[in-house]
Amino acid sequence: MEEKNLTCINCPIGCSLTIRMEGEQVIKVSGNTCKRGEIYARKEVTNPTRIVTSTVKVVNGKSDMVSVKTKEDIPKGKIFDCVRALKNVQVEAPVRIGDVIVKDIADTGVKVVATKNVELSRKNT
Amino acid sequence: MKQYDIVIIGGGPAGLAAAVSAKKNGIDRILILERDEELGGILNQCIHNGFGLHTFQEELTGPEYAGRFIEQVKELDIAYKLNTMVMDISREKVVTAMNREDGLFDVQAKAVILAMGCRERAKGALNIPGFRPAGIYSAGTAQRLVNMEGYMPGREVVILGSGDIGLIMARRMTLEGAKVKVVAELMPYSGGLKRNIVQCLDDYGIPLKLSHTVIDIRGKERMEGITLAEVDERGKPVPGTEEFYSCDTLLLSVGLIPENEISEKMGVEMNRATSGPKVNESLETNIKGVFACGNVLHVHDLVDFVSEEAAAAGKNAASYVKKERPEEGNGREIRLNPENGIRYTVPVMINTARMDEKLTVRFRVDGVYKYCYVSAYFDEERVIHRRRQVMAPGEMEEMKLTREQLLQYPELKTITVKVEEE
Repeated sequence: MEEKNLTCINCPIGCSLTIRMEGEQVIKVSGNTCKRGEIYARKEVTNPTRIVTSTVKVVNGKSDMVSVKTKEDIPKGKIFDCVRALKNVQVEAPVRIGDVIVKDIADTGVKVVATKNVELSRKNT
Repeated sequence: MKQYDIVIIGGGPAGLAAAVSAKKNGIDRILILERDEELGGILNQCIHNGFGLHTFQEELTGPEYAGRFIEQVKELDIAYKLNTMVMDISREKVVTAMNREDGLFDVQAKAVILAMGCRERAKGALNIPGFRPAGIYSAGTAQRLVNMEGYMPGREVVILGSGDIGLIMARRMTLEGAKVKVVAELMPYSGGLKRNIVQCLDDYGIPLKLSHTVIDIRGKERMEGITLAEVDERGKPVPGTEEFYSCDTLLLSVGLIPENEISEKMGVEMNRATSGPKVNESLETNIKGVFACGNVLHVHDLVDFVSEEAAAAGKNAASYVKKERPEEGNGREIRLNPENGIRYTVPVMINTARMDEKLTVRFRVDGVYKYCYVSAYFDEERVIHRRRQVMAPGEMEEMKLTREQLLQYPELKTITVKVEEE
């Protein structure tokens, strides 16, 4: 039997959750004051995921960087692989919101898309 | 002099939403004046997600959220000037501004919407002893450097203050390869949203030290480290609790201040609790036809509420310009009085003839309150009594009033809002 502790993020109360685990199985969630706490805890201990946001370099753009995000959540354990993989990525201006920057980031099967428009630099037009 | 119906000062989230709303309410001659080189304001550097859950029912990043409004401004053909600094607004609503193309110029407005936002409290306000070496940044400056310019301010970081920008930057710097050693907070509670504490600090094992502050900065040319100490209930460092952290960077996330220099200069009355203008139910200041919304009015936690507030300001400015509002002297004026645990309310005054069917009153509490009530007393009578599980200064609260409800009290002069245990 193993115990894990989390803080619930669903509302400002921030209940301290205790999750009793048997291997991969959740036995009991306690400390929550509502149902949402239990749902959050179960997901968080079995399959925690996050949207990752970062920036990549732009060539010939009005700005040197463009902000990007993973289109869907990726496993929490892959966050650093994802950010590292984005380090070497470079895109050509113009960039539009929603443009696919990387088709499959860090073998997650998830796309990385641009979250900002970057126009072509005036110097190049 | 060019004439406009509404001139909006600032092209951030508040200014954009106000412009869109004014246009949709029938005003054509609108001008947005923005000092940065693009629209969107601070959202452009907030590349993290979590924006727009209330407005668009999806989680967007800052630039995407701004993008939605910028698109609408362009589709609605609303005029804007970038790289333009507003210098002065007269009581007659002549707006003096300047930029490189037009030089110094004046425009005449029928109504003005103040949407200048806020700025960060700087290190000068903190009185930290020690030298002033390179490596001290406000969290927002660091955010702009990392997210927009592509520079890393440093490698070993300590963050003072647990406001949301500080928490977001703790994660951002970590992802970019820096070592964030600790986040220190003077107060016994964090000023940031719970989810940011979990997803920006806990996820990366970054400790949060409450009731702690920086008491010394070491280094002459470049920062070498800081000394942290615990503070007592009065905020005084406790001897013997000092701890040295080596670091090359100190980020400050110690509060935001509405930017109201031009508002004050034109004679707008200010609320000391918010450092923003005092406004009535229409978000109008003491100067007729001058409205305020967003962080220049009071600092918000969520941009969704800025957009909502700004849309109301835009709509009200539109009916002022169209002269659709009830004349002066109609209706009754009811004062809102924050008391016992409530730091302020926006608005501070309600005119029953001018208010919409529903009015959102926003406020903040002055400490952490658990399992208590928010009450509204209509003069002596307690009319609203709502149980709250928890309230904290870092999360803005709201209360809805209806016109119908207020009209049931024909003698009503003051609504007192307070926190009660039962």
